[in-house]
Amino acid sequence: MTVQVSRRGLLKGIGVGIAGGTLGALGFGDLQPAAAAAVRPFKLAQMRETRNTCPYCSVSCGVILYSLGDRSKNAKSAVMHVEGDPDHPVNRGTLCPKGSSLLDFIRSETRTKYPMYRAAGASEFKRVSWDFALDRIATLLKEDRDRNFVAKNGDLTVNRWVTTGFLGASATTNETAWVTYKTVRSMGALVFDNQARV
Amino acid sequence: MTNLWMDIKHADVITVMGGNAAEAHPCGFKWVVEAKAHNNAKLIVIDPRFTRTASVADLYCPIRQGTDIAFLSGVAKYLIDNDKLQHRYLAAYTNAAFVVKEGYAFDEGLFSGYSEDKRDYDKTTWDYEIGPDGYAVVDETMQHPRSVMQLLKKHISIYTPEMVERICGSPKETFLKVCQMIAETSSPEKTMTSLYALGWTQHAKGSQNIRSMCIVQTLLGNIGMLGGGMNALRGHSNIQGLTDIGLMSNLIPGYLNIPIEKEPTYSDYIAKRQFKPLRPGQMSYWQNYNKFFVSFQKAMWGDKAQKENDWAYDYLPKLDVPTYDIVRGFELAKQGKMSGYVIQGFNPLLSFPNRAKMTEAFSKMKFVVVMDPLQTETARFWENHGEYNDVDPSKIQTEVFELPTTLFAEEEGSLSNSSRWLQWHWQAQEAPGECRSDIEIMSALFLRIRAMYKRDGGAFPDPIVNLKWDYAISHSPTAIELARELNGYTLAPVTDASGTTIPAGKQVDGFAQLKDDGTTACGCWIYSGCYTEKGNMMARRDNTDPGDRGIAPNWAFAWPANRRVLYNRASCDPEGKPWSEKKKLIEWNGKQWVGFDVPDYGATVAPDKGMGPFILNQEGVARLWTRGLMRDGPFPTHYEPFESPVANAAFPKIKGSPAARIFKGDLADLGTSAEFPYAATSYRLTEHFHSWTKHSKINAILQPEMFVEISEQLAKEKGIAKGDWVRVWSKRGSLKAKAVVTKRIKPLVCDGKTVHVVGLPQHWGFIGETKKGWHPNTLTPVVGDANTETPEFKAWLVNIEPTSPPADRQRTV
Repeated sequence: MTVQVSRRGLLKGIGVGIAGGTLGALGFGDLQPAAAAAVRPFKLAQMRETRNTCPYCSVSCGVILYSLGDRSKNAKSAVMHVEGDPDHPVNRGTLCPKGSSLLDFIRSETRTKYPMYRAAGASEFKRVSWDFALDRIATLLKEDRDRNFVAKNGDLTVNRWVTTGFLGASATTNETAWVTYKTVRSMGALVFDNQARV
Repeated sequence: MTNLWMDIKHADVITVMGGNAAEAHPCGFKWVVEAKAHNNAKLIVIDPRFTRTASVADLYCPIRQGTDIAFLSGVAKYLIDNDKLQHRYLAAYTNAAFVVKEGYAFDEGLFSGYSEDKRDYDKTTWDYEIGPDGYAVVDETMQHPRSVMQLLKKHISIYTPEMVERICGSPKETFLKVCQMIAETSSPEKTMTSLYALGWTQHAKGSQNIRSMCIVQTLLGNIGMLGGGMNALRGHSNIQGLTDIGLMSNLIPGYLNIPIEKEPTYSDYIAKRQFKPLRPGQMSYWQNYNKFFVSFQKAMWGDKAQKENDWAYDYLPKLDVPTYDIVRGFELAKQGKMSGYVIQGFNPLLSFPNRAKMTEAFSKMKFVVVMDPLQTETARFWENHGEYNDVDPSKIQTEVFELPTTLFAEEEGSLSNSSRWLQWHWQAQEAPGECRSDIEIMSALFLRIRAMYKRDGGAFPDPIVNLKWDYAISHSPTAIELARELNGYTLAPVTDASGTTIPAGKQVDGFAQLKDDGTTACGCWIYSGCYTEKGNMMARRDNTDPGDRGIAPNWAFAWPANRRVLYNRASCDPEGKPWSEKKKLIEWNGKQWVGFDVPDYGATVAPDKGMGPFILNQEGVARLWTRGLMRDGPFPTHYEPFESPVANAAFPKIKGSPAARIFKGDLADLGTSAEFPYAATSYRLTEHFHSWTKHSKINAILQPEMFVEISEQLAKEKGIAKGDWVRVWSKRGSLKAKAVVTKRIKPLVCDGKTVHVVGLPQHWGFIGETKKGWHPNTLTPVVGDANTETPEFKAWLVNIEPTSPPADRQRTV
């Protein structure tokens, strides 16, 4: 293949005319075009590729997420395959036993899907609406802040709130971190940490 | 990391200590293999276990956990005694020649100024002697008895190879081989990289473990060099970012500080942060602190932060204690003083020490909110799971919310990796069910709270109702809108140092353009440059690497200022010529600094100006001795873990780190070696990531159940066979697991006493695809590092015995 193509284009190309790559390496290089046409097209070639980053350790390997669905209306996209990004300068296409199984994280049966609420003393969670959960949490936060906010210590203005704690998540994005920082600090909260502390 | 993942390939010696990169950071560890294969590098691994990292090492040296300072101080002593130093580097780029003021002392394991009642130091004597010119006094000969070099020699003189063997259990001959290999890199042509992780940080003297290696690397001239540096292999994908953005009790984004009570006004606060140079001609970059601070306040409160109201200084909370860290937070909760906790993507029931204390603390709170893409043990601390979580829900009056969130494949944004790279990623699928992003959830909560304060008033509503919130869709700020705030922007026309005027309302190019007069706003100054008028620099995907430096300067964005190797001015000699042509990063071309990386220096500051390469430091040089900057001493000192199998061989009177904070109840919960004779430690396996991958089928199949690793010798003593169920218990709790009897752990002999190590991997709980099990933190003590409050997870005491299986694992025949 002499023209420069995208990785996706290359994969598509393999389906119709073997020029190299995986199938070539397997010894199919001598096949005539007619025989090549009979080879089943590579399934991934029909998928959308999205560049992402492995969410586990801090090597932050580049990954390519292959998903079905072209983002048209009524086409719900779903990741079907994950592989290392060969363009990524650190991992160069490789993934470890954790990164290789990211698909099972995405599709985990124990994912949370709906807001759940456990009342005081209850022995199980009940599904609730977002509005119920958010209204109740906002009320609890405000009640506690209003009750326990410390504006002054003697003559000193201290404006702190130390009876509700907040924990940030070090697998969320920097942008999530910033919006979390803004909202938590605007309330004067000091009991505030993330995984960096442990 | 001062350097970056690919840079490891340039190292001549790689020391992995306090980490296990082959298993915990496999794809980063490839660069170690690369260095061995193509740079003839030697790999040294120092670890209590013969890990997979050790299995490919050129030299493996065993060590008892919690004794790294003694080991590395012994290495430093070897380097000095055998004159294996990078002399010019040491003289020009470190504080070795600085003279310490009179009154500073170290005796019987304690520095001057110690108060036993406060478990703290008065640090007034921990500073330089200041001369009549207002600068620190320097004795170029380093012969002054109070010069840092002489004090260092004296401080580490006790760590002879014999003492190292007594304390660490590392055979003297192996220790000396380690010293010899490390010493090779005192040559300006050669470098060593230090790779470490939580094996160093999770100790009551974790920060000083790292400091010990900083001293070694500084004596060798390995900081700022290609293939050198201090490289923290961080845990989570964005733990670097969360720290950078300051999601910690005492931080403001970009490593600025939340004010303390004793700084009631902005002028009190900023007066302590003038950071004037301690030597002539030094940059002391933190002099710009006020620019970063004022720009932060503008990013938070916009027009409401004005010069007249001290930039809304009152809107910030003021600390009455050093930190409200997690250890303090859950101590307060246990005392019934916390109403609730709001938890994003975090599983503290398993991740924090002393499970029984955690359960008690959670049970005393009025409400707990958990946002997570997975069902966590924390969200279900009240749910009975037999002996794995033996609680009575009817007795727990806590309201609990489990809010479903998106995960990495379902959102866009940036993550900062260990190399300080901000890498952008894109959304690939829609989230299942009713999941929402953390951004949407925090926004929704904030908007509700703000509305209530606007409507009903309440305690000090000002910082809430005035928070700058001008996103196009107020309940769903986009990642790009937030990234633009982190980068910073102009609020009025701004003229930068080059004389260029940037109109109002534009993204700044970098933090050099930030102002202290309210004309710029910036969420996190060190991230400035990540989203400029040129666009999203974090989304760049040009992986070309000029000169094969392992830098790829146009891939994503590295903070600060897209600089890939920190302190890179130190890769050149004082005249501006690279110490090693082979390891060239930058150089002085007669007019300016040029090269492969962004110079960590004034771009046009000539070498003959004498400005030091460590431009953030007031001294301009690297610190072998850290003044009053660390809570537990200006030099690292060997202290035993709070729970230790042996007494402190160097300072027999001292138990634990003298300046580490420990709460009364937690002190009473410490066990003795008489009752709990074995040295326990916890760690990761390569197949799992914390308590997270137990939700992934393949990982659950690969490592399905909890186990405990013990040596063949201990197994024999205790009558334990491979695969037997064992009970492991500490003063704080008890767990059951299968025994793995292994040659990977061997007994150590410390000061004549045999010490058995018990290893507990940390990946199981009571939710997910794996078999149910316990987390080692069921057993761990609650005491944090003196400087960071990171709990001492890596060295504590247990006992062990054969036992029957848990009820759900008993076989019926």
